[in-house]
Amino acid sequence: MWLKIEKRPEYSKGMVYATPLIALLLTVLSSIILFEVLGVNPMEALYQFFVAPLDSTYGFSELFVKATPLILCAIGLSVGFRANVWNIGAEGQLLMGAIFGSSLFIYYPETESVFLLPVMILMGAVGGAAWAAIPAVLKTRFNANEILTSLMLVYVAGLILSFLIHGSWRDPAGFNFPESQTFSDSADMPILIAGTRMHLGTLLALLAVLGTWIMMARTLIGFQVKVIGEAPRAGGYAGFSQKKIIWFSLLFSGALAGIAGISEVSGPIDQVVPVISPGYGFTAIIVAFLGRLHPAGIFFAGLLMALTYLGGETAQINLGLPLAVTGVFQGMVLFFLLASDVLIHYRFRWNFSTKAVS
Amino acid sequence: MKLKHISSLIGAVALAAGMLAGTAHAEDKVGFVYVGPVGDHGWTYRHDVGRKAIEEAFDGKVKTSAVENVKEGPDSERVIRKLASEGHKLIFTTSFGFMNPTLKVAKQFPDVKFEHATGYKRADNVSTYSARFYEGRYVVGKIAGKMTKTNVIGYVGSVAIPEVVRGINAMTLAARSVNPNVTVKVAWINSWYDPGKEGDAAKILIDQGADIILQHTDSPAPLQVAESRGVWAVGQASDMSKFAPKAQLTAIIDNWDKYYVERTKAVLDGTWKSQDIWGGLDTGMVELSPYNEAIPEDVVALAEEARKGIIDGSIHPFTGPFKKQDGSVGAAEGETLGDDVLLGMDWYVEGVEGQLPK
Amino acid sequence: MSGFDWIVPVFLTVITAATPLVFAAIGELVSEKSGVLNLGVEGMMLVGAATGFIAVTVTGSYFLGVAAAAFAGAAMALLFGILTLSLMANQVATGLALTLFGVGLSALMGQDFVGVPVDALTKLNIPGLSDIPFLGPILFAQDALVYLSIIMVGVVGWFLYKTKAGLILRAVGDSHDAAHAIGYPVIAIRYLAVLFGGAMSGIGGAYLSLAYTPMWAENMTAGRGWIALALIVFATWKPGLVLLGAYMFGGITILQLHAQAAGLDVPSQFLSMLPYVATIVVLVLISKDQSRIRKHAPACIGRVFHPAA
Repeated sequence: MWLKIEKRPEYSKGMVYATPLIALLLTVLSSIILFEVLGVNPMEALYQFFVAPLDSTYGFSELFVKATPLILCAIGLSVGFRANVWNIGAEGQLLMGAIFGSSLFIYYPETESVFLLPVMILMGAVGGAAWAAIPAVLKTRFNANEILTSLMLVYVAGLILSFLIHGSWRDPAGFNFPESQTFSDSADMPILIAGTRMHLGTLLALLAVLGTWIMMARTLIGFQVKVIGEAPRAGGYAGFSQKKIIWFSLLFSGALAGIAGISEVSGPIDQVVPVISPGYGFTAIIVAFLGRLHPAGIFFAGLLMALTYLGGETAQINLGLPLAVTGVFQGMVLFFLLASDVLIHYRFRWNFSTKAVS
Repeated sequence: MKLKHISSLIGAVALAAGMLAGTAHAEDKVGFVYVGPVGDHGWTYRHDVGRKAIEEAFDGKVKTSAVENVKEGPDSERVIRKLASEGHKLIFTTSFGFMNPTLKVAKQFPDVKFEHATGYKRADNVSTYSARFYEGRYVVGKIAGKMTKTNVIGYVGSVAIPEVVRGINAMTLAARSVNPNVTVKVAWINSWYDPGKEGDAAKILIDQGADIILQHTDSPAPLQVAESRGVWAVGQASDMSKFAPKAQLTAIIDNWDKYYVERTKAVLDGTWKSQDIWGGLDTGMVELSPYNEAIPEDVVALAEEARKGIIDGSIHPFTGPFKKQDGSVGAAEGETLGDDVLLGMDWYVEGVEGQLPK
Repeated sequence: MSGFDWIVPVFLTVITAATPLVFAAIGELVSEKSGVLNLGVEGMMLVGAATGFIAVTVTGSYFLGVAAAAFAGAAMALLFGILTLSLMANQVATGLALTLFGVGLSALMGQDFVGVPVDALTKLNIPGLSDIPFLGPILFAQDALVYLSIIMVGVVGWFLYKTKAGLILRAVGDSHDAAHAIGYPVIAIRYLAVLFGGAMSGIGGAYLSLAYTPMWAENMTAGRGWIALALIVFATWKPGLVLLGAYMFGGITILQLHAQAAGLDVPSQFLSMLPYVATIVVLVLISKDQSRIRKHAPACIGRVFHPAA
């Protein structure tokens, strides 16, 4: 007797929404085992991971603070992934966006103008896009694989930031510590809810979600991205240029990652520091797929991912669980979410014949 | 191996259970924010030893919680705030990059006391503390200057911040005071923690003639290399003689235990006041592990003379006359550099090779 | 130091730096050749490093340590296989999740082993041969894993291009539908390839914790799993080039440190960039010949296979 996985004739609309719940159920069940083994009350642990972080307006706002860069990066990446363009260097593009965007304030700290912040955001987008343009050039002109080039450029961007912040970008009044001066009010992202850290970047992320949704569903470029991704040959016959799509998706994802970068620096961090991102650009890759490459899905996936990070912090504070447990728990949650998606296109059937199925 | 899995899991269970048991009766809570994982065996590990010292000293009456691997970007402010709002009376933030987030949160929680390590901004409820590791390095420099046969000392650097530069300079001044032919070679790995690269840097320094290896990075890898190559080395943060029984001349130990217990006691007594402590050999914040038996007596005497002199105040490592690397005056005859100069030191003294990034 | 004395130690340092990359990359190459992209290399390496270290500390046997590391890496890969091959989860995301999981799991396993020393894996000294000036120390005085890494490159190259099983594995990676139509068990073959990749990553991790820097510390791979992944692309999926790439990457890393220690007046950050930039430049130079890359790159990489179609 075998459990057989069978393709559904048509994908299950119900399962699109049911699988996250199934994953949640599986998470709860296996958490009981994990936390029992660790000697922690499983219900208490689950409460600390999923509920406690959101017990106040402030906690809720922090969820958006944490999710904002993840969503911005993931939305951009998802467009490329749909077109089979494998930009895995969003982390580097994020850093470049932060560097380009904040350069304006660093070099002209006295500027007081309502236009400063919008120009900084623009520069952030340009910085991210410029960094993503390198893999685009190398891919379209020299056929160099973007997985490698975009990944290597992450390290290069990190070292450029290190060079600047350990050198000329240091706060002149800061005893040569590697930190810039804190941003002036004109260079700061406005706060959306008083008393919290939720900033303009969150609004930009929402705009990116909606804009990308419309772009993918309603515009020619969105259509081209999907066709090139699913059937490159057909795209070719239709006269769509693969090179154009490579350029578009890299610049688009780079720009959004760059906006994520400047949003972090001029939002919650408020100055340029050696560590701007704890790996948002990489985590965003998971978020993109967790959200099934759909803008709405990415929005929720970003929030969920952010919640597990916040939950990890609460669990460390209130349960004394080491960070390592958070990693294991996060991995588990992700495994369940990713695996239960199988139910959308497939179903399980008991196969009573004795013949093995591959 | 399976068995080992289980036994380390059991270890984790015991640990977690122990922490939970502590919560039952505890009233007073002390929080810690760490920049690295507790398992780094370096900087963060030593702070965690200090945290455990608190738990021990107050016989379970004080509960501690720690959040590890908190990035210095936007995450730190949330974690510090969370600790403050969950009723921690005293919070230690143990990395320079937590400075501005600590001050921001401190403003919102005037009743909570904060202790920020290695920074320079204070408030009524924010103290700063740091250790004069350079004093330890000065003592080590006396030994290194005498023990080197090649007259080349190798230094594995992390990132070029004043703290690290100060240590290189103190060591160099001491070494050249007993052996004017000494030169110091520095290899920066641009990371605080990468055992492989730290080891590689040590190998390279040895290949370039160094027969004594110092480091300002976290792992014992450079000592292991020194041990296998048959040269001398100096331990960092902890006594690392287990990793290099023959090679370790001594180790410069970070010891926060006493300070952490004292400050906790002050909060409990209501005597806590904002202060700026820069403790050295005299306070026990910096300690030297037992000298290697292979060091000749006269050299030990030289080192002890320096150590005692620093403790009683008759010796200051940065007393002139000495020159900077570029030949200009570092300190004139009889002049001693003030703490403000030391705090922001971004130049090498004579005898160090290579350039600092500007 | 005078003349060419410095060359030998530089070579020795490069060999140690490159070996973990060789192991992880050659294993993952087989997995990718069968059409499966597992981005969890970093996580598998870490679990291998922790397990290998724990096994050696407990049993004292390096053979058991390396075997346990391989086994642990394969166990992680099995988890990945169940998710992506049987349950058809997305490979890219599952691989990244595997890394998160592995970082946590290894830290949890190893927490009682931080600060515990072990002896480094002994170097084989072949009497007579290792005394040959210059070549002796480089060729005949390495530890067993260094030789194993190079042998594995040879074995993988031979297996993929000279055996029927290798041909089938490549066929599965190039067109799973066609391979299935001929009657090859696509999923089973992919499972084996993924397990091999995990085992090699595990050994690569153990090389770090037992030979390169004999200790356990959290996250001690410090991103080497990602470099290994990049090296496969760099090598355009050819085993020999993986070896070359790992040694080139390690070599430039070492040389830039030499330049720094020698007092070269260039900011260290720019020198630290060199290995990454060089990898890009060389990739660009060798990527011009599109047909050659297409010949070696597995066409089905990352794509889900379901036989019922």
